[in-house]
Amino acid sequence: MVRLPGTSPVSSAASAIDAIVIGTSAGGVEALSVLLPALPATLRAAVFIVMHLPRERPSLLAEIFRAKCACPVSEAQDKEPVLPGSVYFAPPDYHLLIDKGPHLALSTDELVNYSRPAIDVLFESAADIYRERLLGIILTGANQDGAAGLKAVHRLGGTALVQRPDSAQASLMPQSAIAQCPTAHVLSLEQMADLLRTLEDGNALDLSHATN
Amino acid sequence: MSRTQEKTSAAPVKDFDIELQLLIDAIYLKYHYDFRGYAGASLKRRLTTAMSRFGCHTLSQLQDKVLHDPKTFPALMDFLTVQVSEMFRDPAYFRSLREKVVPLLRTYPSLKIWVAGCSTGEEVYSLAILLREEGLLERTLIYATDINVHALQKAEAGVYELDRIAGFTDNHRMSGAPASLSDYYTAAYGRAVFDKTLKKHIVFSDHSLATDSVFAEVHLVSCRNVLIYFDRELQDRALGLFHEALCRKGFLGIGTKESLRFSAQADAFDELVQHGRIFQKRDG
Ligand SMILES: C[S@@+](CC[C@H](N)C(=O)[O-])C[C@H]1O[C@@H](n2cnc3c(N)ncnc32)[C@H](O)[C@@H]1O
Repeated sequence: MVRLPGTSPVSSAASAIDAIVIGTSAGGVEALSVLLPALPATLRAAVFIVMHLPRERPSLLAEIFRAKCACPVSEAQDKEPVLPGSVYFAPPDYHLLIDKGPHLALSTDELVNYSRPAIDVLFESAADIYRERLLGIILTGANQDGAAGLKAVHRLGGTALVQRPDSAQASLMPQSAIAQCPTAHVLSLEQMADLLRTLEDGNALDLSHATN
Repeated sequence: MSRTQEKTSAAPVKDFDIELQLLIDAIYLKYHYDFRGYAGASLKRRLTTAMSRFGCHTLSQLQDKVLHDPKTFPALMDFLTVQVSEMFRDPAYFRSLREKVVPLLRTYPSLKIWVAGCSTGEEVYSLAILLREEGLLERTLIYATDINVHALQKAEAGVYELDRIAGFTDNHRMSGAPASLSDYYTAAYGRAVFDKTLKKHIVFSDHSLATDSVFAEVHLVSCRNVLIYFDRELQDRALGLFHEALCRKGFLGIGTKESLRFSAQADAFDELVQHGRIFQKRDG
């Protein structure tokens, strides 16, 4: 991690997080099944997830994960105010963006990286709103969506995490993210889950023990 | 996509927000199109794409072109607005219209319908076809409005690429249609030309939900995938227009992922079809 001169290692490693964005495609359900149950019930950050899905069918993701999570889980609705500690999935065939408020915004703009929803669209809009209070996570996937988005998260002061490519069911997405955002922390799913568990009661994110 | 994004973000994004506001004001002052109430995040994204398409490094440069090069603004309209449409998009919506709304529309001797934000016409022709199938088109006048003049021209032509027809045909069938979509177009030179007799019942016109007012009393408003591009205030304005235009117990259809829940107008309508996104104007 880059440390600003004059800040102590502890404070530079710990950042208050208002939102978490997660992007994944192939293998995503399994990976999310490790991460999302680790989110504590007292989480303060809101969680937004884009997982690539067939565009023409309704998604069951919110139902699947509602049962596994301590936090409320739902499919994002347009203009819905963001609630702390809630998990939102992008609906199939719509981009999910975060707008001033913050509230959720959907759009039917063109596909980005052959995808709608696209991870880049979510990450870039969330980075614009949350800046250094954003945690971006790229998981398993078989395309390059999310790499530019993760870079934007990092550039605007947020924290970037990527699943270790050798531990991912499909490695292209995490590999591309690392290539575009070399300062990202590269972790296994279990390490990420441990990290998420520490966010209870609105605790700051402390990466000082996370290895790269 | 990612490349264009980088170019903007290299400059501090705060400047981008200032320039965005200035550009939107310039467009309003010069061309009287009002984008001030549009949802910020997706507008920013589309303008970022536009910047690179017009060879500009900043929105200020784009503003310069918008003001001084007469060709720029008409071309920029295709970035400021989103022209994505399909015939019988979300077949469940059209099925609900058929099953729940048409029986009530039948009770009126003549019908007026407003398709607001009709884009290139797919939704309008879908409705016209549905009404013909239900035997109602002959007594119906459909107003099809949009702010994108280029899209309105395409809508008026009623000609679509043949390679899109297979998808339209599936949607049409899933909407509960009694016949095949091929009854309504003729194929020529890779294109499907829709039946001219449908058009006799449609009036296309330039109308903005942001700046214009109500022009007729109607029985049904279909405004789909337009409200998502508006912020809450502008959405409330548009819904206010619909409320004013609708006759007593008139119907309002919106997009599958749109809702009235977060709107000041929520109490003015009752949900007619759950999840179907069809509402009825509340009495009183
Ligand atoms: C995504 S298209 C929706 C097309 C069609 N209704 C559908 O659902 O398939 C959105 C349309 O809204 C139009 N639009 C945007 N702002 C508008 C405004 N202020 N008044 C009327 N139409 C507007 C755009 O030009 C565009 O054609």
